[in-house]
Amino acid sequence: MHSNILNIIFFPEIALTILTLVLLLVGLFQKENSFKNICNLSSISLIFILVLIFLNKELTFLSYSYFFINSPFIQFFKILIIIGSFSSIVISKNFFIESKLIRFEIPILILFSSIGMMVLISSNDLISMYLGIELQSLSLYVVATINKNSLKSSESGVKYFVLGALSSGILLYGCSLIYGFSGSTNFLEIQNNLSSLDHLNLGLVFGLVFVLAGLAFKVSAVPFHMWTPDVYEGAPTSITAFFSIVPKVSGVALIYRFCLEPFNNFYSEWSQIIIFLSIASMFLGAIAAISQSSIKRLLAYSSIGHVGYILIGLAAANAAGIKGVVIYMILYVIMNIAIFAIILSLKLNNEFTEKIEEFTGLSKHKPLVALSIAIIFLSMAGIPPFAGFFGKFYIFIAALEANLILLAVLGVISSVISAFYYLRIIKIMFFDNNDNANFQFKISSQSFFVLIISMVFITFFIFYPSLLTSLGSYISIDYFN
Amino acid sequence: MIEWPLISVTIFLPLLGMFIIFLIKVDSSSENNIKWAALWTSIGTFILSCLIWIQFDNSYIGYQFVEKHKWFTDFNIYYHVGVDGISLFMILLSTFLTPFCILASWVSIKKRIKEYMMAFLFLETVMIGMFSSVDMLLFYIFFEAVLIPMFLIIGIWGGNRRIYASFKLFLYTLLGSVLMLVAIIYMYQLTHSMNIGDLQGNFFTKEIQIYLWLAFFASFAVKIPMWPFHTWLPDAHVQAPTAGSVILAGVLLKMGGYGFIRFSIGMLPEASFYFSPLIMILSVVAIIYTSLVALAQTDMKKLIAYSSVAHMGMVTIGIFIVNSQGLEGAMIQMISHGVVSAALFLCVGVIYDRMHTRDIAFYGGLVNKMPQYSVVFMIFMLASVGLPGTSGFIGEFLIIIGAFKFNTFVALFAASGIILGAIYMLYLYKNIIFGLLINEKLKDICDLNNREKIILYPLIVMVIIIGVFPNIFLEPMRLSIQLIISNYQIANAQ
Repeated sequence: MHSNILNIIFFPEIALTILTLVLLLVGLFQKENSFKNICNLSSISLIFILVLIFLNKELTFLSYSYFFINSPFIQFFKILIIIGSFSSIVISKNFFIESKLIRFEIPILILFSSIGMMVLISSNDLISMYLGIELQSLSLYVVATINKNSLKSSESGVKYFVLGALSSGILLYGCSLIYGFSGSTNFLEIQNNLSSLDHLNLGLVFGLVFVLAGLAFKVSAVPFHMWTPDVYEGAPTSITAFFSIVPKVSGVALIYRFCLEPFNNFYSEWSQIIIFLSIASMFLGAIAAISQSSIKRLLAYSSIGHVGYILIGLAAANAAGIKGVVIYMILYVIMNIAIFAIILSLKLNNEFTEKIEEFTGLSKHKPLVALSIAIIFLSMAGIPPFAGFFGKFYIFIAALEANLILLAVLGVISSVISAFYYLRIIKIMFFDNNDNANFQFKISSQSFFVLIISMVFITFFIFYPSLLTSLGSYISIDYFN
Repeated sequence: MIEWPLISVTIFLPLLGMFIIFLIKVDSSSENNIKWAALWTSIGTFILSCLIWIQFDNSYIGYQFVEKHKWFTDFNIYYHVGVDGISLFMILLSTFLTPFCILASWVSIKKRIKEYMMAFLFLETVMIGMFSSVDMLLFYIFFEAVLIPMFLIIGIWGGNRRIYASFKLFLYTLLGSVLMLVAIIYMYQLTHSMNIGDLQGNFFTKEIQIYLWLAFFASFAVKIPMWPFHTWLPDAHVQAPTAGSVILAGVLLKMGGYGFIRFSIGMLPEASFYFSPLIMILSVVAIIYTSLVALAQTDMKKLIAYSSVAHMGMVTIGIFIVNSQGLEGAMIQMISHGVVSAALFLCVGVIYDRMHTRDIAFYGGLVNKMPQYSVVFMIFMLASVGLPGTSGFIGEFLIIIGAFKFNTFVALFAASGIILGAIYMLYLYKNIIFGLLINEKLKDICDLNNREKIILYPLIVMVIIIGVFPNIFLEPMRLSIQLIISNYQIANAQ
């Protein structure tokens, strides 16, 4: 391993940190158009980082006291995060400009939180893990309140901060318990130290539960989901888009790694927690979304439900589960990008749409937009022939392979319940008669490009459903042969 | 025999038509283009499916015209389509009815004609695809995808309570079919095969079969629909536009029967034997109870909808007695019901288009003004009742013969259902057609126009052909049915 200076600079996390700091200075000293420029520059930097992640395949960053590791699993989730951040900056640029939120700090903060997530995903130590979580969360607290003139935005930010700080505290307490009872903070060492135990002692069980509770908060799994609808609703829609696309990815990746690495041998202990989180999230996400009138709250509950399905893959704890989560995660990110790209460009009477009722008559005046929304929601509901079905299919295959039949049955039943609220939106767009006529759909060309790619992916995935499977199998080799 | 993929072309031709219609810009002059494009696509599809029938080899057991392509790289899941004696006529039924549906919507659908035609062509693709899939996952995808166009057809172009009806249809059937997905995946885990043809036989232990059977039952019993899972059907029928009811009664209900034959009997014979008393009881209740309910209806479509449930009760009896008369009778009954109930809904549509009400009490004495209509309606009514010489007779007759071999009481009850059927159908016919023309609004009602004749006359021909020459239809399916029966008997012999 050559640890010369170039290798270190071109390490993705470091490169992104440097670029972000440079962009911060550029933004500070630029007088005009700083927001637009910083947005463009940060998208370009993210693409650059994407290339770096691909290139740096060989460099395993083990030297730094084994704080960080790299593996195909980690690399995949990093790529997904970069793609998610990139898309959410691209699709929300116009929205920021039109709603007069032209603060160049926003893309910078998004980049900072992406750094946090990359650190978090590749951490191999409780300390670096906590570091990553805090870097991610602190940036997120700030962007949630970025619209400081809006009461709702500030309220949601404070709520998020207080609850987030509490969950970080719990997580830290769990970490200290694990350290105290296992004698190490390093994932590998914890695994080695624990390998002689038949079952976890009480302190470690508490540590495990506390850490999982903290992480469940980050991915908004029930019963730690309370903040999600409020923050989603309060934050500006473009920030909501970022919230629902990216931090989920890092949180899920970390939960997977945490259960499968240090606590690899204690499936029976953590699987109970994961199965509970999964069932609770699926059902709460499905049932609570039914009566929502705000599209953002609805998407919040829908994301809670999706987390439930994603956790099934972990509860299965087999190669098919990893493969399933890889595919599900990609589809989840793409479907969210698509739906937010539309919501962020759709205006009714010169106001951005936020209420579901505002969609009435959309199918008459903007048939293609309505059709796209319908396809995305049908896909989210897991109705074939759209892509979302295959995500669920892979997850259920994993569950049945692990003989979790009841979990799979509950999963499909909750998917029927959730179909109801997705259909409700289709009903409002297509069936209801009272008309809103004055829709504007103004979308920037980059955002349109992202939208088209996502829509093609969602609609035509059925023709080549194995597109992602070799990727999934390759990634699952990390944990299961 | 064939160089080009006939089945795939048949499946995807309507989809191609849909894309062409998608590209047509909507304005007042292009509406006719849209209608004609849809009509010609569906006629082309029908011709292609007739080609399949012509080239079909009656003496070959198993799937013909098979196309198999790699679809998933990591599972043994293929794009695998083919036709055997059981699916052949289901495909023909779908392609046969779709042009009539499009014609029936020619003037009655006034808004969003483009979306309507696209939904119908998509529906046709999905129906053909479902009946011709040999791969279980492919089958499942088509099976569920049917819901999307049906949901839209009822929800957008339906009656006053269309939203309630469309949601009920969607969620009810979705709940049934997701359990089937779990069952399919579980079967795959056990056998590493998704091939419907290979899995015909007795490959699972009885205990597993029972659970799998229940999962499939949840799906097909809702779809066919059996009592007490039928409550979505009257709502959906009443609210759907005429063509929607036609396709719903004509084809979508048959998906349930087809599934019972393929999956329940074909793959899970021991469980089917175990559960056959349950099916018999539910079917007998369906026949008698829904016939009585039909008698009390004031809405024509609802009456015919309940009669569908009763007829499907006959079909399930025929399927689960599993002898050659029963299964052949069930198949013929499904084909016949597909044509007859479709025709009855079209007949209702004819007067609904003129008067915009389906209330039985509103009508009376139509024979004075609409003699041709009265004759046409009578033929279909009698076919539904099961008059010898019409298609309805063959199916019911065979099923009752089969039922006698199985259990006398079942046959007795099934036969009494036919009498009840005659009562409510004759009651409907009498009240609408005969009597004095009292209602002032009916004074100006006019007889069938040319478009309606083009729709209804071929259906009459079809009803007579099935009734007089049933062997044309029984011959191709005989071997496939024999195979299923012998598998079933071997499995239950021990």
